[in-house]
Amino acid sequence: MASTIRVRATLSGETTEVQALIQHPMDSGFVKDAKGEIIPPHFIQQLTFEYDGKSVFAADWGGGVSKDPYVKFSFKGGKKGDDLKVSWIDNKGATDTTTAKIL
Amino acid sequence: MTTTHHGFSGTRRLILQGAGAVALIGLGNIPFGLAPAFAAANDKYPEDAFKQKSEADAIKALYGKTAEASDKVKLDAPEIAENGAVVPIGVSTTLADVTSISFLVSENPNALVASYKIPAGTVPSVANRIKMAKTSNVIVVVEAGGKLYSATKEVKVTVGGCGG
Amino acid sequence: MHVRSAIRLASAALTLATLAFASPQTAVAADTVDPVADAKAFRKFFTDKFPKVKLEDFVNGPYSMNEDMHRQWEEKEQFPPYEFSLDMGKEMFTKPFKNGKSYEDCFPNKGIGIRQNYPYFDEKEGKVVTLELALNRCREANGEPPFSYVRDEMAALTAYMAFTSRGKPFDIKIPNDPRALEAYQNGKEYFYTRRGQLNFSCATCHVQSPGERIRAEVLAPALGILNAMPIYRSEWSGMGTTSRRFTTCNSQIRGVPFAPQDDEYRDLEYYLSYVSNGLPISGPGARP
Repeated sequence: MASTIRVRATLSGETTEVQALIQHPMDSGFVKDAKGEIIPPHFIQQLTFEYDGKSVFAADWGGGVSKDPYVKFSFKGGKKGDDLKVSWIDNKGATDTTTAKIL
Repeated sequence: MTTTHHGFSGTRRLILQGAGAVALIGLGNIPFGLAPAFAAANDKYPEDAFKQKSEADAIKALYGKTAEASDKVKLDAPEIAENGAVVPIGVSTTLADVTSISFLVSENPNALVASYKIPAGTVPSVANRIKMAKTSNVIVVVEAGGKLYSATKEVKVTVGGCGG
Repeated sequence: MHVRSAIRLASAALTLATLAFASPQTAVAADTVDPVADAKAFRKFFTDKFPKVKLEDFVNGPYSMNEDMHRQWEEKEQFPPYEFSLDMGKEMFTKPFKNGKSYEDCFPNKGIGIRQNYPYFDEKEGKVVTLELALNRCREANGEPPFSYVRDEMAALTAYMAFTSRGKPFDIKIPNDPRALEAYQNGKEYFYTRRGQLNFSCATCHVQSPGERIRAEVLAPALGILNAMPIYRSEWSGMGTTSRRFTTCNSQIRGVPFAPQDDEYRDLEYYLSYVSNGLPISGPGARP
């Protein structure tokens, strides 16, 4: 099955721009369903980006981040064809990871 | 969707002692020793900060200091959010030695929305999409050179983003 | 005074008489329906009202009407939240049915790049056929259960098909058949007829007030309004079909919605698509 993580990493000059879109409900735990019962919190808590064995960006998220979360950042360095590893873990302990090539 | 549920044997932080192999359900306590993907992650998830109601308490829990407003922090946010469920917010700054960037929404049930670690070599600029319960101040806090700087903007929300 | 009231009475009586004799079943005389003139006037109304909006931008609905919203939309379009629904649609579309056939076998050009031709008037059946209807008929013809017209699956499928037609101009045809003209005219009349407790017609919002607000929402212009279908709405936190939008809108004006794909909605879609001929398909679209 396809990963929940979509990544676009593009090198522009000496900087790699990274955009990620992740498929995840990001339920905050404050919303009730049609029956009036609270939908339990279910959201990504930590998201990491690794390049060349080092962290280039890390996110701590709460339920206030939108569903199917998106993030964009840039880091100096990166070479075309190199790998960028992206991983997340949510409050239920579920994880996903993917590796994208820098274009 | 390839989500893997890691087994909990060998965990150093058994929440339910002697309960055997029990799944943790939304308790927010992630035993990081287990997830190999996070072996490199140095910091623990700032759970306490995410539980705070006010932004002042959240910033204190997260950083242990207070922020001063700075025009060197540029917060990019809409005047009126088209929908509170998905509000695109970004920040960029000319400050040097940035180590952390956080976003807070004062009127959200828990003010802290997201906190980002900026290692050396990463550009201090982040864009993300957040939920806003109602018209509120959006605050971005930048930790640079050990000090905290902030920028605030009021974003009007007509259709609340917390559902219902 | 007497003459005037007499004339008024007489004209009222005449109108009543005409109405009494004009039954909805009567075939509309071909020479009174002029879709070509309609489309031209429709387009001119909007381009005159919004001279700064480029013709192809009308398909972006409220975003073409409001600068602040346009910026938010552009940011989200960089990596749109509807990517997942679109991928699901592609997966669904390419997966064969249990009998080994697939959607490709039901549509011209294997279903790729054809969305701009829907709806069309089926002369054998004598009715308008929309894309959603065609998809379900394809399923049923191949032994599969039909999808709900208002749920995620149909939305994902039509999203994929719209995506393969992105940029292509709407190309709705009205054959020289009085039934087709009647369907077109029915759609047009539906569009301009007030309904519901709020007594709004589609035109009340989308012709009289585009760019203005109804409560919290900025209204989209009717020109190009279906080009972005299906739409990923922040309000729905998901992708929704044309059927979903028609039915929910009717509920929102406190009317009783028809069932999805009832004749009224098919004819409405026919009319609205035709008057937007020439404008590019932009689906799947994002909306507030």
